[in-house]
Amino acid sequence: MLKVIKNLKKHQFLFEELVKRDFNAKYKGTSLGIVWSLLSPLLSLLVMSLVFTQFFGRNTPHYMVYLFAGNIVLSYFKDSTKSGMTSLMANAGIITKVNAPKYLFLLSKNVSCLFNFMLTLLIFFAFVAFDKIAFSWSFFLVIYPVICLMVFNIGVGLIMSALYVFFKDIKYLYDIFTQLLGYLSAIFYRVDAYPLTAQRLFMLNPIYVYIRYIRIIVIDGGIPTLRHHLLCFIYALVVLVIGCVIYKKNNYKFIYYM
Amino acid sequence: MVIELKNVSVQYIVGDFKNIGLKEYILRRIKGNYDVQNFWAVNDVTFSLEKGDMLGIIGSNGAGKTTLLKVITQIMWPTKGTVKVNGNIAALLALGSGFDGDLTVRANTFLRGAMLGYTRDFMTAKYDEIIEFAELEEFQDRPFRQLSSGMRARLAFSIASLVQPDILILDEVLAVGDGAFRQKSEEKMRGIISRGATTLMVSHSIGQVRKICNKVLWLDKGKVVKFGDNTQDICDKYEAFLRGKN
Repeated sequence: MLKVIKNLKKHQFLFEELVKRDFNAKYKGTSLGIVWSLLSPLLSLLVMSLVFTQFFGRNTPHYMVYLFAGNIVLSYFKDSTKSGMTSLMANAGIITKVNAPKYLFLLSKNVSCLFNFMLTLLIFFAFVAFDKIAFSWSFFLVIYPVICLMVFNIGVGLIMSALYVFFKDIKYLYDIFTQLLGYLSAIFYRVDAYPLTAQRLFMLNPIYVYIRYIRIIVIDGGIPTLRHHLLCFIYALVVLVIGCVIYKKNNYKFIYYM
Repeated sequence: MVIELKNVSVQYIVGDFKNIGLKEYILRRIKGNYDVQNFWAVNDVTFSLEKGDMLGIIGSNGAGKTTLLKVITQIMWPTKGTVKVNGNIAALLALGSGFDGDLTVRANTFLRGAMLGYTRDFMTAKYDEIIEFAELEEFQDRPFRQLSSGMRARLAFSIASLVQPDILILDEVLAVGDGAFRQKSEEKMRGIISRGATTLMVSHSIGQVRKICNKVLWLDKGKVVKFGDNTQDICDKYEAFLRGKN
């Protein structure tokens, strides 16, 4: 970990330039591009609320906010891990020519995804205010799941980008996987319709754990349990460690597949 | 000793492992026809260079020249053996790639500088010089995509040749741009070399090697055929070998 930070310092200039490049690629260098990138989560929110309010909205207080919380977390996860997955291969031209730490390319992608997520998070809180949910200081706890989610996404990105170097078709499998994971994350439905054991099973899904955290502090006005906090942390840590081990083991192998 | 390689070998995997995907991989593993071969791209290479040496690496295609350079720049790790390098390296490998077509020429210049390990202050200070040397003053804020391949190579060379490295690695880069630029770039190269940089160059031009190298490494199929400071002698033998092949 210390070595990573030292390396980041050493390659700070490269990292900054890579971040700039990725921002440029994402937004095409215009502020309109930023608006554009926000349009897609807002549109899907709109459609979902139109369709699902009839079915699930009646007995869910602040259903719009409920939906929105799920949506932004899931799309941050998708966005970050999908673009992270291809980050090594997309930079193969550089990696095969220059000696630089390979995770830089993944991290720089993650920075622009995080930025995008932060924007949607701002809009989310605008919605919260609009929906007349009283402000509470516990809203600031949102930083905790966001940091955990960020680490979690980097971990998944590490794993997927390494796999993608070796197996190109993993992309399609991962698309299916994230779609199914989305259905299992209680984005638009409530889990309390299920028996208690099933409800516990939902906690096996890290994305659901992060979504639920945000819903608890914003909609329920509560503070998640210590166990919930630990779960957020452990998921992120485990995935990150697995990712790091894979990178360390294959660091010199990647190049043969590029 | 600036560079010291001891029994360096690099193993490549060949066969249809690259683009088969997970499904295919599992299927083949089950059927037992997952067929990859290992081959030694660089096989048991030992040599060392002193400060100021100018090494020409010769050999036909696939002899392992580029792989050897990649090992020295630590882009690749040797499967066996050890590489010791004292000093900072500037490697001019395949100049044209690694740019981003959507970014402006200016942004690409900084990105490339960052890749080569320069600092931001250094790049800011040298930026005008780079553009001037590459003769791209009118193109600074245009997307990189609009540059011709000659212009790209010129820019790449201008950025890469800025440093005062201890070790300079050249992979077929002296053949950049048109006649006028080639002359300019050769001069610049000579400037760097004359300041005492240890240089390794891969070249298919024997004449060039004869003219400027004081040591020669002749590789064939990953193995060292000859290494030494009797440049003319080795070049003669290599040319005879090439003639014999035809």
